[in-house]
Amino acid sequence: MKVHIHVSLKSGVLDPQGRAIHHALEGLGFAGVNDVRAGRLIELDVDDSVTDAQLDEMCRKLLANMVIENYRIEKVGEKENA
Amino acid sequence: MAFRSAVITFPGSNCDRDMAVALELASGTAPMRVWHGDAALPDRLDFIALPGGFSYGDYLRSGAMAARSPIMQAVVDAASRGVPVLGVCNGFQILTESGLLPGALMRNAGQNFICRTVALKVENNQTLFTSGYSAGQIIHIPVAHHDGNYFADDETLDRLEGEGRVAFRYTDACNGSRRDIAGVLNRAGNVLGMMPHPERAVETAHGSTDGRALFDSAVKALVAA
Repeated sequence: MKVHIHVSLKSGVLDPQGRAIHHALEGLGFAGVNDVRAGRLIELDVDDSVTDAQLDEMCRKLLANMVIENYRIEKVGEKENA
Repeated sequence: MAFRSAVITFPGSNCDRDMAVALELASGTAPMRVWHGDAALPDRLDFIALPGGFSYGDYLRSGAMAARSPIMQAVVDAASRGVPVLGVCNGFQILTESGLLPGALMRNAGQNFICRTVALKVENNQTLFTSGYSAGQIIHIPVAHHDGNYFADDETLDRLEGEGRVAFRYTDACNGSRRDIAGVLNRAGNVLGMMPHPERAVETAHGSTDGRALFDSAVKALVAA
């Protein structure tokens, strides 16, 4: 099973990287961009036996830093021929 | 009584030797060197140092992988028994990632790697790491980091300040750290994390010897104990 873990900064946490990207987009002449927040996408390929609770624990213990980040777990497809 | 200290080396640590030299200068005894994959620390340690560097290439988040390496469980156990632990730069990042210290160290607000000597104010000189300084003393210590922007929520920051757990503060904004915090202590006062490198300011050839008092303080605290 493929799982995408979306890690993003919590609202209220300043994002220097997002701000720099925003600035660069404006520099390239793109108007109308109100805000940019940069996050991280982690793709996992896990056995079907891996539970939602285990995925949650992976995020909390390692993949996201709960002080500054949120995470969202997205299952993007079961293994073919399963 | 010999000062039994250990310097932990992770893959990508690069200040472990400097840390060992500083500890030997202050204590007269060379620290033991411990590898990240070891499951146990040497017995009866008086002091543990987590050095600067780029452990595991800063993969995922600075300090994130090192905080989950085998030796860190032993460091967490030792810290809970009251053994002094100093984390500098990447060592500070490892301490926050392991939960020994609150908060997180984010990318510098200006995006740039900052490498220069900065002025710090000693906010609390009643700790085993800072007793050799006077309260409010301004000291000069080098920083060299990309991810030194200290973040914690307002409630946590208020608690840290109220409990005297801000050890050092930048006198001028440095990297975007909230309230210009450069170093914090755990509640018990035996764990200190700081972004500036005191081990790079212990000999006259370094340009500043202001870091020496930190190591002298720790040695003195042991002798007094």
